[in-house]
Amino acid sequence: MDRGRPVGEVLLSVEGVSLAFGGVKALNGVSFDVYQHEVRAIIGPNGAGKSSMLNVLNGVYHPNQGTIRFRGEEFRDMDSHHAAKLGIARTFQNIALFKGMTVLDNVMTGRNLKIRCTFLEQALWLGRARREELEHRHAVEEIIDFLEIQHIRKTPVGRLPYGLQKRVELARALAAEPVMLLLDEPMAGMNLEEKQDMCRFILDVNDHYGTTIVLIEHDMGVVMDISDRVVVLDYGRKIADGTPTEVRGDQKVIDAYLGVAHA
Amino acid sequence: MLYREAGQFKSTYAQDQQIFPILQDRIGMAVLLVIAFVAVPLFGDQYWLSAILTPFLVLALATLGLNILTGYAGQLSLGTAAFMAVGAFMAYNAMLRIPHMPILGAFAIGGLCAAAVGLVFGLPSLRIKGLYLAVATLACQFFVLWAINRIGWFSNHSSSGVITAQRMEILGYPIDTPAAKYLLTLSVVAVMALAAKNLMRSETGHAFMAVRDMDVAASVIGIPMMKTKLLAFAISSFYCGVAGAMYAFCYLGTVEPEAFVLDLSFRVLFMMIIGGAGSILGSFLGAGFITLFPIFLNLASKSLENALGIELSHALVSNTEAVIFGALIIFFLIVEPYGLARLWQIGKEKLRLWPFPH
Repeated sequence: MDRGRPVGEVLLSVEGVSLAFGGVKALNGVSFDVYQHEVRAIIGPNGAGKSSMLNVLNGVYHPNQGTIRFRGEEFRDMDSHHAAKLGIARTFQNIALFKGMTVLDNVMTGRNLKIRCTFLEQALWLGRARREELEHRHAVEEIIDFLEIQHIRKTPVGRLPYGLQKRVELARALAAEPVMLLLDEPMAGMNLEEKQDMCRFILDVNDHYGTTIVLIEHDMGVVMDISDRVVVLDYGRKIADGTPTEVRGDQKVIDAYLGVAHA
Repeated sequence: MLYREAGQFKSTYAQDQQIFPILQDRIGMAVLLVIAFVAVPLFGDQYWLSAILTPFLVLALATLGLNILTGYAGQLSLGTAAFMAVGAFMAYNAMLRIPHMPILGAFAIGGLCAAAVGLVFGLPSLRIKGLYLAVATLACQFFVLWAINRIGWFSNHSSSGVITAQRMEILGYPIDTPAAKYLLTLSVVAVMALAAKNLMRSETGHAFMAVRDMDVAASVIGIPMMKTKLLAFAISSFYCGVAGAMYAFCYLGTVEPEAFVLDLSFRVLFMMIIGGAGSILGSFLGAGFITLFPIFLNLASKSLENALGIELSHALVSNTEAVIFGALIIFFLIVEPYGLARLWQIGKEKLRLWPFPH
C-alpha cells in the first residue's frame, strides 16, 4: 500500500536471533530487517515468539545467539536503558501504565531521558528545573493534542477505560520522540471503532513524526491494511516475509494458521 | 461550592504547574502556616509545644521520609528508626567533634550520614522486592543499633548510654525554650516538606512512582533502575536522619539508642499507612492521627468520668484507650485503605458541588 512516503535505508536488522527459556526455544534463528519509516508487522499464531522478538529488540530479554544491528551499530544483546536512549520505544500487550499517576504525569515520565537538571534542582524548584518542566509540558501537550486525549489529562490512568489506556500508553511511548516504535498488540480487545481510531493514530504517527513502526497484531484485516511488510513467525521460526499480498498467498502461512491435513 | 474552582482560569502551563493550583488551597495553606508559625508559639502552653506538637512534627518528617521510599518508590522498609538513629548520633558527633558547628549544619550532617547508610542498605533492593526487602531493611535496624551500642566512638564512650544533647543556638540565639525548639522544628519540617513536594511532582518523583507501579515499563522508557532505587533510599534516609537528629535534639533532649528501637520503625510505618502511602499531606495526617488521637481519647475519658461522677481505675482507662485506638485504626483502614489523605481528596471532590447535588 502506497501512502506516498519515502521508505528509507535499513534501520534495524536482526540476524539469527535465538532465545531459549530452559528447553523451550522461543526464537530459533530469526532474521529480518526493518526499513526506515516503514510499518512492519510481525504476525503468527499464539506462542510463535512475537512478543519475545519485541522483548529482544528493546532489551527486556537477552538472546542466546544472533546479533541486532540498529542504525549501523551492532549489538550482541540490548539493554533496555540503552535501547531507550537509542530511540526505541514500545507499548505492552497488557497495558503497562503507571496506575497511580495521571495521564499527564505518565506522558511526562516518558520524557525522563530528556531531563537534564539534577534532583537537587528539582527539589528546590530552581530556574532550570522549572524551565525544563515547562518545555517538556509543551512537548507533551502537543502529543496529547495529537492523540486527542486532552479531556483526560488530569485523570489517574487507573480510572480510564481500556481503549483510552491503550492510547495513553502510545502517548507515553511517543513522548520519548522515538526513532522506532514497537507496538505489542495495540488493538487487542478493542471494538471496531476503537480499532479504526488506533489505526488512524498509528498511520498518523508514522506520517507526521516519521517514526518507524514494528507492530504485532492478530487482526489480519488491520495488518494487511496498514503494514508495508509482514514477517510471519511460527514456533520460533520465520516462515514467511514480504508484502501483505505475498504473505497472504504463502502456503506455509496458510498451513500455520489453518493447520495441515494429516492424511 | 466551597471548593469550586469555577472562574479560576489558567492561561499558561506555568500557572497550571503551581504547587497549589487551586485558590482555596493557597489560602488554606497560608492560614495554616500563619497559625503554625505565629499563633501556636504565642498561645500554646509548654506542655503542648514540647510534648505534643514538636514530636508530631518530627514524626511527620520521618513519615515523610518513609513515604518517599515506600509510598512513592514502592520499596518497603522497616529501617526507619535505624536511619533516625544514625541521624541523631552523627549530629551529636558533629556537634561534639567539629568546633563551632552550627546546629543546622549538624542536622544536615546527620541526614547525609543516614543517606549514606540508606544507600548501602538499599543495595539489596536491586535484587529483592516487597516483604523480602522489608526483612533486609530489618537487618539494617538491628545492625545500626548494635553498632551504636558496641562502638564507643558513636556515644563518645559514655558509660550510661544516655547522652545529653548539646545546647542549640542559631546566630547567637539560644534554642532552649519549648517555643524556640518548636519553631526550629517547624521551620526545618516546612522547608523539607516543600522540597519533597517539589521533588515528587518533577521528574525524580515520576521516576519513583514509575518504578513502584510497573518496573519493567519504567526501565523500557529509560528510567535507570539502580540509580532510581538507590536515590529513593538516599533521599528517604536523609529525611529520616534529619528527623532523628531533631527527635534527639528538639524533643528528647538526649541522644540514646533506646529511643530508636524497632517499635519506632513500626509506628512510623503505621503513620504512613494510616495517613496515606504516596502522599505528602498523608504523612502529616498520619503522624497527627497517631500522636494526637491518644491524647484526645485521654481527655475524652476524663471528661466522661467527670460527667458521670465516677472514678475509673487508671489501668482500665488506659487499656480501654488502647482498645478504642486499635479499633479505630482498623475502622479507618476498612473505610479507606488508601489512608486519610484519600479521604481528604474525596472530601474535596464532594465539596466542589456541596451543598448543591448537581
